[in-house]
Amino acid sequence: MAYRITLEQTRFVFPDLKTLMARATPQRSGDELAGIAASGPVERLAAQMALADLPLSEFLRHDLMQVDDDEVTALIAARHDARAFAPIASMTVGEFREWLLDPAVQHDQLQALTWGLTPEMVAAVSKIMRLQDLIAVAAKRQVVTRFRNTIGLRGRLSTRNQPNHPTDDSLGIAISAVDGLMMGSGDAVIGVNPATDTVADYIRIVQLLDDIRNHLEIPTQSCCLGHVTVALKAIEAGAPADLIFQSVAGSAKANTGFGIDLALLREAQEAGLSLKRGTLGDNVMYFETGQGAALSAEAHYGTDQQTMEARAYAVAREFRPLLVNTVVGFIGPEYLFNGKQIIRAGLEDHFCGKLLGLPMGVDVCYTNHADADQEDMDTLLTLLCAAGVNFVITVPGADDIMLNYQSLSHHDAIFARETLGRPPAPEFATWLETVGLTAADGTLRAASPALTERLSGTGLLEAAP
Amino acid sequence: MTRAPAAPPLKSLAALTQARVALGRAGAGQPTRAAQAFALDHARAREAVWSAMECDTLERALQDVRTIRLHSAAADRAEYLRRPDLGRRLGPGAAAALAGAGGADVAIVVADGLSATAVNLNAAPVVRALLARLAQTRLTAGPVILAEQARVALGDAAATALGARAVVVLIGERPGLSSADSLGAYVTWAPAPGTPDSRRNCVSNIRDGGLPPDAAAAQIAALLSDMRRTGQSGVALKDLVARAPEIE
Repeated sequence: MAYRITLEQTRFVFPDLKTLMARATPQRSGDELAGIAASGPVERLAAQMALADLPLSEFLRHDLMQVDDDEVTALIAARHDARAFAPIASMTVGEFREWLLDPAVQHDQLQALTWGLTPEMVAAVSKIMRLQDLIAVAAKRQVVTRFRNTIGLRGRLSTRNQPNHPTDDSLGIAISAVDGLMMGSGDAVIGVNPATDTVADYIRIVQLLDDIRNHLEIPTQSCCLGHVTVALKAIEAGAPADLIFQSVAGSAKANTGFGIDLALLREAQEAGLSLKRGTLGDNVMYFETGQGAALSAEAHYGTDQQTMEARAYAVAREFRPLLVNTVVGFIGPEYLFNGKQIIRAGLEDHFCGKLLGLPMGVDVCYTNHADADQEDMDTLLTLLCAAGVNFVITVPGADDIMLNYQSLSHHDAIFARETLGRPPAPEFATWLETVGLTAADGTLRAASPALTERLSGTGLLEAAP
Repeated sequence: MTRAPAAPPLKSLAALTQARVALGRAGAGQPTRAAQAFALDHARAREAVWSAMECDTLERALQDVRTIRLHSAAADRAEYLRRPDLGRRLGPGAAAALAGAGGADVAIVVADGLSATAVNLNAAPVVRALLARLAQTRLTAGPVILAEQARVALGDAAATALGARAVVVLIGERPGLSSADSLGAYVTWAPAPGTPDSRRNCVSNIRDGGLPPDAAAAQIAALLSDMRRTGQSGVALKDLVARAPEIE
């Protein structure tokens, strides 16, 4: 079915729903690379105006991606809850935007709506929202998850401490992890992206992180972000795995490119649950996503990258994750060209994830070939804190020496705590004070030897003989 | 409050990793020296991404070696960064430039990739060392192609036009903060348009402080001779060599 609109005698025709969505998407290089973007700002506005007049129920009547036998599409259809959808069933996309912004609509209404929304509806409304809209609505919605602490409470900001090392050297990982902990980072997770891909290395890394956590009695969780099949073998071999990680995308074909399907993720979740390692809750999964992932796998079927990203969230929410983050600036300038595009995409992803019920975090980051820098990251972090992001990723001095890109520095989290008033998870905040890293008011003390002293004699911070 | 940020307790361990640990802090900010060191590394990386290949200098450094200059289908750096597909295709005039230059076994392509700085600093010595090694084998090398705004897969198109049995693409790697001048070599047997990356072997981190040009050339020549014996490259070659080390 075609969608039409006339603006001052110029007639715009969009042959199907996915073309309308692609043309309505705020400018980004990935949709231009895919050849599906609007030809210019006027066509984009025309598409946004046509989209605003579209009834939300159109997304239930039409399969947007139009691919037979896609298990992600089937999952979205199977999980749609008509009763939850009822309050907004008669609205257009434009009316839905106004409803979301209405002060009478708060957390409880948004939470009740969660399974009435499809990724396509959420993507559609985000396309006609400014950054301020995306922030204002997301800030109303808290998604709280638990493993050994409580993440996502209103007014708080958690951090993933990411102690990556180019060769997965145990001492290198330990030094970086402790450096981050001393700066107050690591309540979302202490999580390593491994450079190696063997089961033995996976086990060594989770054991190392678990030893640090145990010696320091930190109320947090650890993760080795290896492939889910490696995690399954490591768990079978007795590895102390807290969270099970996987990258996910918005079509079955793109997930095949990642070497996964829904059945494998279900198996992984069951394996994680079987270990019963969470003390406060049983959210055992950790997912990463990012706009452009489906396009780079040639698995987007002419669908815009932001809608494909929202579809990935339908995969993620099926498994009640503790953490989900978009790796927004990591994938490169052919998908998000510059700071402006990265900033908007980060806020879109956070908004869409939250409305779909995900404990959404963001890797505030960029690569050296993108037209972006640390000031763009300052802007995105500040906006995300206003939007109530669950967590961000921090590394030593903003420089990830394994993945060769720039994320936030541990310092930036201190800025969020002290200038923006965002303390970490309550259990972790108590721990920081107990070990003497923070003062009673939560501010970080000057360099404290508390952690290195507690680790002396464990061998964790000593070079192998 | 003291004027200088206190030395953090991890300072003694900082030398054991490249990571920017134990930086100290000024409130939530990094100490000035650390903040500016980071900014300088980023500036170098950005400059490398936007740098241009110095073809005249490369030709002078290669003296008696025949070279052919060409462009990909990406008009400039901005388009190159947005359109990886164009960087993989030969641009206007490239086919004419390559006409009549075929006949050798190995096509050598020097491509700017994401760091022309890496090419300007490291490509000529690698090419000279590689040509010297190939001269001692049964593989012949054709003219050296200098390709601007080019990605790895452009080598497939160039090698196809030349009828070459193998292609070596020496290309500037994506600059990191720690090195902006790292050259990579991608070696492919039986290159053809649409060759998947799984059919390539890579020798990376060729730079001052990394893999020296002579050692890189030796590795590339060894790969080529394994490929000639087995008729395979990429993952399939790794598997063959892993299974049958005696063919060495």
